Formats: sequence, structure tokens, C-alpha cells
Amino acid sequence: MEKNRYKDIVKDHTPKENRLYNTMIAFFVGGLMGVIGQGLVDLYALVFDISTKEASIFMIVTLIFIGCLLTCLGFFDKWVHACKAGLIVPITGFAHSMMSAALEYRKEGLITGIGSNMFKLAGSVIIYGVVSAYTFGIIRYFLLGG
Amino acid sequence: MTFKYNNVYINATGTVSGPFENNGPIGKYFDKSYQDMYFKTTSWEKAETRSIIDSVDILLNKITKTKKDIDLFIAGDLLNQLVASNYAASSLGIPFLGVYNACATSVEGLIIGSNMIESNQIKNCIVSTSSHNNSSEKQFRYPVEYGGPKKKTATFTVTGAGSAYLSYNKEGVKIESATVGKVVDLGVKDVNNMGAVMAPAAAWVINKHLNDTKRKIDYYDLVLTGDLGIYGREILKDYMKTEYGITLKNYEDCGLIIFDRNTQPVYAGASGAGCVPLVTYGYIFNKLKKKELSRVLVVATGALFSQTVVNEKSTLPGIAHAISLEALDLE
Repeated sequence: MEKNRYKDIVKDHTPKENRLYNTMIAFFVGGLMGVIGQGLVDLYALVFDISTKEASIFMIVTLIFIGCLLTCLGFFDKWVHACKAGLIVPITGFAHSMMSAALEYRKEGLITGIGSNMFKLAGSVIIYGVVSAYTFGIIRYFLLGG
Repeated sequence: MTFKYNNVYINATGTVSGPFENNGPIGKYFDKSYQDMYFKTTSWEKAETRSIIDSVDILLNKITKTKKDIDLFIAGDLLNQLVASNYAASSLGIPFLGVYNACATSVEGLIIGSNMIESNQIKNCIVSTSSHNNSSEKQFRYPVEYGGPKKKTATFTVTGAGSAYLSYNKEGVKIESATVGKVVDLGVKDVNNMGAVMAPAAAWVINKHLNDTKRKIDYYDLVLTGDLGIYGREILKDYMKTEYGITLKNYEDCGLIIFDRNTQPVYAGASGAGCVPLVTYGYIFNKLKKKELSRVLVVATGALFSQTVVNEKSTLPGIAHAISLEALDLE
């Protein structure tokens, strides 16, 4: 049988992903994360009497800590699975991917296990984050003069 | 290539499962089940080895034999370099052949063992196959605790091991014939749709088996594929009809028997090298022995890939082997 004809059979029996539903979930959960983040920034700014710039660093650290803690307690993967991009795109997703890899490879040692595998999923985010930061930094330098 | 056997029987089986399989619809047919994923060991790889050793121990108890009485141990699993089977073989100390055909390994092992017994090279052998959800997720997919969304066509790897004792003593279930499949690649690249990867291989081997034995599909009470899942099952039915003109009626998929998709979060169904042995050696073996089923064609299906070729965007080849099991003393 031709590969194209087989592709048609596969297509006929492959279910469609619910893109609209997934998008709505991600939109609302992601939005809720934004609200929580903003709430934390305001709270830290008020309680510690610091600028919102400093408070936002505190907020990021808090969310990373919560993401890591809930991953270690073993149920954050179910939340991420249900909330999809709503929890993956914010900083919680980054923390979750690193912590889950660290847990997975702990048994293979500190260096050969955790050390070399912790960035298995998150490594791409860092690499392309740095590359794009440089690229846009250079563009900005030439267009706006720094 | 189809072999006909006159004197090969599965005398007894031993099955060990994880907690999810035990909670599934055929949980009561397994000899032993563990309630956590570590099986009283310290890692998932060791747990998989433990499940193989346990299933062989249970089997030896049932047939009241010791390791020394066994001529050959044939085993395979999904881990790199077959480590789970290697360590089990090391612990058992029986002469060992390691085999790999992904999720079609169980039937590959049965075919090798049956041929050796039929030709009197060995008196008996034990064939084992295993898989473990967490060790497979770690090797083929993402860390277990990572909760990224999965496609609807994704499958859930079975945790457990099944062992069968083969000999020429007329007892248990007869291995009547077997057909060795070929690798079929129809250009599917989606690793999350393994049913689509394996369905053409299953169709080829079913058709080949029927042609070689000059049988019609309704000769069998049940045709049982390995782990195509709910969507792969429909693809196979459709493809079988358009390509070979065969309508599959008494047909089921092991991946849909072992779990209940309505109550268990297994997406399209079960997969893994342990899926076919748990269903066949646990549930089907029992039915054949009680003569609730007379003739069953088991078609184990495997997707032959590694993570590297998936990343390199190669097309994924599939394979399937068929083995015909019969209840004893059929007219």
C-alpha cells in the first residue's frame, strides 16, 4: 500500500486534540498565575517596604519554591497535566521540569545523575533564552543606541 | 515463515503485575501483584528485574521443578541492552538467550523456544518478558514526575512480567503454529501514535499466517493483537479490509483488556512488552485451559525505535509475530 493511502487511514482514525478547550484552560490558569504573582509582588512591596522591582524577584523565588515543593510532594505533575500550558509557560513549569529531572536521576549519583541530567528539559529554555536575549540586545543597540 | 508444531505445550505460567494492572479488569488473574512501583527494591530498573525473577519463581513452584531442571531461559524487555532480563538471568543461573523485538518480544521468545523443543534440541524452557511503566517513561519519554500534556493517541506502559514454561508434555495449552513477521514501515513518524506504527505489521503477519495455513479468519475464536490501543485497533480493522479484504470480527487488543480506559488514566490503552504476556499468560491461558476458548491467534506488535531516531525524525518501523494457541484435545 502506498504510504499516502495509509496516512489517510491513520488520519481517519486519529482523534483531534481539543485545541480550543486546551487554550481556554491555559488562558484561565495562566491568568490566575499572573494574578497570584501580582498579588505576591504587592504583598512583598507592602510588607517589606521595598520597590516593586525587588518584590518581583521575591515573587519569582516564591513561585519557583512552590513549584519545586509540590513536584517533590508528588502531585504537581497531575496539576500540570490538567492545566497544560497554564502551568508550563510560567516560571512554575521551568521549576517543575528541573525538579522532576533531578528526582528522576538522583539514583544515578550527584554528578553523573543530577548534575548532568537536571537540565534535560529546561536546558533548551536557558540556551535559547540566552541566545535570543543577545540577539535582541544587539538589535536594540544598533536601532536605539543601547 | 510459518512453523507448525506437533509437540509443544505451555504447561504453566507465572505473572507478576504492578498496582495499576492489579486494579484493572483482569487483575484477579495475576499470580502476584505489588502495591507500589518499587517492588521492594531501590530503583525501577531493579523492580523490573524483581518482577521477572518473581514470575519465574512462581512458575517453578507451580510445576514443582528447580532451576537446574530448566534447559533454557529466554527473556527480553524494553530497557537498553536488556538490563532487566540480564540481571534476572544472572540471578537465576539458567542458560540464557536475550531477545528483543520491542513489545513483540514475548511471542518472539515463544517461537524460538517452541522451535527448539519441536526439534528436540531442548526438553523445556522458560520464556519471560517484562516492562515497567516508570523505567520505560524514563528511557523513552520524560521524567516520571514531569506532567506535560499527552496526546490522546499516547499509551500507558504496563508494569509487570509474565513467564511461561514450555515443554513437550501434553499439559496446559498447545502451541499449534507460529508465523514470523517482517518489519513494516509505512512512514509514520509520530511516536505518540504507536498503534498506527504497528498496525500494518500486524495486518501483514495475520494475512501471511492465514495464507500459509490455508485458514479463514473465523477459524480462530479470538484474534488478539498486542498493544495497538483503541485508535490502532480501528486502523488495523480498516487497513486489513482495504489491503487484504479480511474483516476482523472476533478481535480484541491486549492493550484494551488489561486496563479500563473509562476509569484508569491510560489514554489510548496499554502498551509495553509486559502487556501481551500478562493478558495471554494470565487471562487467555486460563480461558483456554477451561476450554472457554478453543483457538486463539496472538499477534504481538512492536514499534522498533529508539529516542535517537525519533529525534532525527526517521520514520518508525513496526513488527508483529503471530502464534496460534489451542486448548487441548480439540476435535
